[in-house]
Amino acid sequence: MNVSVNWLRELLPGLSEGVEELAHRFSMTAAAVESTDSVGGALEGIVVAQVLEADPHPNADRLTLCRVDAGHEEPIDVVCGAPVVEKGALYPYVPAGATLPGGFRIESRKIRGEMSHGMLCSEAELELGRDKGGIMRLRDGLTPGQSLPEVLGLPDVRLSLDLNPNRVDLASHVGVARELVHESLAEIVLRDFGGPGWSPEWQDGEREVSAVGMTVAIDAPDRCSRYLGAVIRGVTVGPSPAWLTGRLLAIGARPINNVVDATNYVLFELNQPIHAFDLQTLSGSEIRVRAAMAGERLRTLDGEDRTLDPSVTSIADRDRSVALAGVMGGEDTEVTDRTSDLLIECAAFEPASVRATGRALTLGTDASYRFERGIDEHGLEAALTRCVELILAVAGGEAEPKGIRVGATVTDLPAIQLRPSRVKQVLGIDPGPDEIERLLGPIGFERQEPLEKSAEAGTSGPALRFQIPGWRRDVTREIDLVEEVARRFGFENFPHHDRRFRPSAVPDDPAWSQADRVREFFVARGLVEARSLSFMPEQHRGNRAEVAVPNPLSAEESYLRAALVPVLLRRAEHNFARGRRDIRLFEIGTVFGYADTERDAGEPGATADGTERFHEQLRVGVLISGERDPAHWSTESEDLGLWDLKGLAAEAAERLCDATLEPVPDGNAIAGRADAWLDTERFRLVRDGKTLGAAGRVRDAAVDAPPWGSSVWAMEFDLASVILERTTAYRPLSTFPAVRRDLAVTVPLSAEALAIERAIRGSASELLESIRLFDVYAGEGIDEGQRSLAWAFRFRARDRTLTDQEVDADMTVITSALEEQFDARIRTT
Amino acid sequence: MSPAGTSLLDRLTEIEEQGLAAIGKADSASALETVRIEFLGRSGSLAEAFGGIGTVEPELRPRVGQRANAVKQALISAHTHRARELERSGAPEGQAEHDLTLPGRHRWAGAVHPVTRVIDEICDIFSELGFTKIRGPEIESVWYNFTALNIPLDHPAADMMDTFYLDEGVILRTHTSPVQARVMEEYEPPVRVVVPGLAYRRDSFDPSHAPAFEQIEGLAVDEGIDFIEFRSTLEHFVRRFFGPETRSRFRPAFYPFTEPSAEVDVSCTVCGGSGCSTCKRTGWITIMGCGMVDPAVYENVGYDPEKYTGYAFGMGPARIAMVRHGIPDMRLLYEGDVGFLEQFS
Repeated sequence: MNVSVNWLRELLPGLSEGVEELAHRFSMTAAAVESTDSVGGALEGIVVAQVLEADPHPNADRLTLCRVDAGHEEPIDVVCGAPVVEKGALYPYVPAGATLPGGFRIESRKIRGEMSHGMLCSEAELELGRDKGGIMRLRDGLTPGQSLPEVLGLPDVRLSLDLNPNRVDLASHVGVARELVHESLAEIVLRDFGGPGWSPEWQDGEREVSAVGMTVAIDAPDRCSRYLGAVIRGVTVGPSPAWLTGRLLAIGARPINNVVDATNYVLFELNQPIHAFDLQTLSGSEIRVRAAMAGERLRTLDGEDRTLDPSVTSIADRDRSVALAGVMGGEDTEVTDRTSDLLIECAAFEPASVRATGRALTLGTDASYRFERGIDEHGLEAALTRCVELILAVAGGEAEPKGIRVGATVTDLPAIQLRPSRVKQVLGIDPGPDEIERLLGPIGFERQEPLEKSAEAGTSGPALRFQIPGWRRDVTREIDLVEEVARRFGFENFPHHDRRFRPSAVPDDPAWSQADRVREFFVARGLVEARSLSFMPEQHRGNRAEVAVPNPLSAEESYLRAALVPVLLRRAEHNFARGRRDIRLFEIGTVFGYADTERDAGEPGATADGTERFHEQLRVGVLISGERDPAHWSTESEDLGLWDLKGLAAEAAERLCDATLEPVPDGNAIAGRADAWLDTERFRLVRDGKTLGAAGRVRDAAVDAPPWGSSVWAMEFDLASVILERTTAYRPLSTFPAVRRDLAVTVPLSAEALAIERAIRGSASELLESIRLFDVYAGEGIDEGQRSLAWAFRFRARDRTLTDQEVDADMTVITSALEEQFDARIRTT
Repeated sequence: MSPAGTSLLDRLTEIEEQGLAAIGKADSASALETVRIEFLGRSGSLAEAFGGIGTVEPELRPRVGQRANAVKQALISAHTHRARELERSGAPEGQAEHDLTLPGRHRWAGAVHPVTRVIDEICDIFSELGFTKIRGPEIESVWYNFTALNIPLDHPAADMMDTFYLDEGVILRTHTSPVQARVMEEYEPPVRVVVPGLAYRRDSFDPSHAPAFEQIEGLAVDEGIDFIEFRSTLEHFVRRFFGPETRSRFRPAFYPFTEPSAEVDVSCTVCGGSGCSTCKRTGWITIMGCGMVDPAVYENVGYDPEKYTGYAFGMGPARIAMVRHGIPDMRLLYEGDVGFLEQFS
């Protein structure tokens, strides 16, 4: 919504604040002022000129030679490129030496052999509007040489308001002025149009009224509560007077002609949409508000041919729909230069019906915006009167003395009770009844006598009653009035008090602590956290169907992710596309699926609301690829490999989940969807026999990696499996020296390292502190089908220095265990 | 200890010392090769020492053998390292190590996502104020997302254009506010919670919109919570989060589930309030929508609206992160570009 500051100052003569202060006050108490822009601030030197002669240019078809009167003694020659230049008409004239708002300086020059001393210009060239179709025709009656900005009421300042959806009343100048009055609404003064007045004698009817040669009927009372009409005969349609044009230009509206401009002026002044029909185009001199018929066609004012359906509310004459009720008029019945008689419509269309019409035709207008949010039904008479008076003043003609008024009688304004004690409870301030009245009165809330004397007296006094003005349909409850008190008091004026608080009765959700642990773990290991969107294109592999989004933004985003690794693979591809080879991402995010009815059945007793068909879960995804460490001049770089992945995954499994990492033979399925991306080198995270996640090499087909990329490794596991209560028990450190022994054994290839290590730990005494595999070798010197494994052992006692004999005893036990269980042969150097 | 064993151990120590010194001094590949043959060659001094192990008393042999192996490993490792150095530097001896202006060795640095960091900082401040941290489902019912929050289904926010529908009555939540209704249904006051999480809207992915984005919801409900506490608490938060010099303002706003409703602006952290492109030349950045919980919500969740009062707020940590770091395009946050993410380590 745009507001002209000049217009506002005209309405509120007492307004003394500067633009900045005004914008601030309004932002802080009513609605945000998004911007303040100067309008017509660069029009100095531009004047009104009258075209005395207009002849075709001898050397150019599209140019006109004009001789204009710009208020000087001598007429001036101007070459004009507009399609139509009317002799005798008034236009804005930029003299040679003056500058257009864009900074372009106009000079005297020859155009196709003819001298031109200046320029006649369009709204667009003056940066006053969008209309570049032709030069801007000014209303007769101005004097050549008059300053253009002066006659248009410029320069002005345009405030752009960001209105809250409940405050449609602020979408007009009077609405804005109401919020800015100091003492009372009486401070608002409407412009005197200087024409004849109109005090109609209303012809009332509930469904239909025939008067002044017209019949008006509401056939769909659920869509239109009231319809007021006035007939004006003998108008002269033409340009509006400059002041009116200037007001509309200042708020960015397009001047059309004096009649349409008058309806728009009242719209932006009083917030009531009004439509003018060319009376002679209405067949049967009849207007009906009814549901459109299926397939009915209407060309609207924007030139679109529209096909209607019964959800659309139309204004029809005897034969056809002629306008979309509350949205837009039709081309056939619009006011044109040839129009002489008018029907002026001022109605209250129901918000739902206007919304339905707009939705059916995907169309929104200044009028529909207001109807959808609710207009002031009590203001119809005043708005119609105002519009008729303005048309009489600017377009002449004569109004029929009778006004047509169809519909239910308007209900009394509602009144709402407000307990001062409730104000105190919700706001913490206790202004008292008189102060509350002083806050609410100026914006139209009238204090009334309470219905009963007993009405809920509180500690802060008896309940008050306020009558709600018709333009505040958003105020329906006591709490709405409480808000008004707070707003008028000024949010900024509330005192500051830190209050004591009781701690929350709601426990923390453990998922956040689990996420913190995971983040700490992977960040410490050099990984960076990603956050991806939850959408995926359809994936065809996987055990469960992905959740489909029926109204996706694109086919690429038509499913919800069922796993994190496939999403991280897309992120990896993004990095590859940017030439990044070293990728180390982790993500904590939600994955989605359809609920497995048996397993994920909702809590017993929970109401089924449809969500129980779905399942969501927080998971952790990891993806690494590229160099193990950043390249350094001193060493050759090595790419991350199987053992890096296994080390990272095993550590994550153990430290985060208290789980172990087990290899999974190729061909054996892992948990669910991991099979879609895992290659033959694969592991699962296991705790108590339950699979918590998977890790391994990503299969080539699952990622679009460039030839210069290295292997991609990934892991995924349930966030819920992360352990929080793990408290590590301290093990005393020995101050006695350790004894180191090495042992190399040759074993058959079938003997797995993990099993041998378990055997070693199982057979050694408690003196064995640690073992570390340091060599794996097969080949020359080792028999076919065998390999050599070598461990470094550390023995240590807590209470003494170990003797060789003690260690030897342990080593002997270990060696014989290995010989026995694995057919191991001890290698000697 | 026997003379043979002792002398061989001494000899091994001698070989180790001399060998390491000679390898360190070798200033060319050929010099290094000469040293290698002298100590590690087939008939070098180490091979000679290994030969002597046979003369050592059997019970000492393992220990001497072990020592011999250790010396061998040490020499091989030193040799390999020196060979690599000579190969790489191609420069005269010692210079590489002594040019301390050469770059040091780094490890990959990890990083928390900038949005996570904002979320954590916000939650930490509210945690000090007695708020707990909870979460709620992203797949949500129309009831919790709209109806319970007093949002009529023909409200623009509930429009098909803005919401991802999954099934009859089931949507991807359009805000984190449904958790307000859920937590009040489950617990009696005092309720003081913050709820980070994702919300979804059918906005195309562009520099200032994402179809999925983070929100932080906050809710405090108890007896005696008033507008003064509401505004004081949130202003305390603003000063803690944005710094004591930051100015803030509460403007009237509209949300169906709060009344009175407000928007909180902070003075632009980029230009300090003088006007720049980040604040669209207004000097202010809107960071929060908030208000006193509407009595209609209490009625929907079974609280007595005459007994309990409280406030709720919602913030977009992604936008805050963008302002904080000067990130011009929201899509950068969700692309997983390592070059972007590691800037925040």
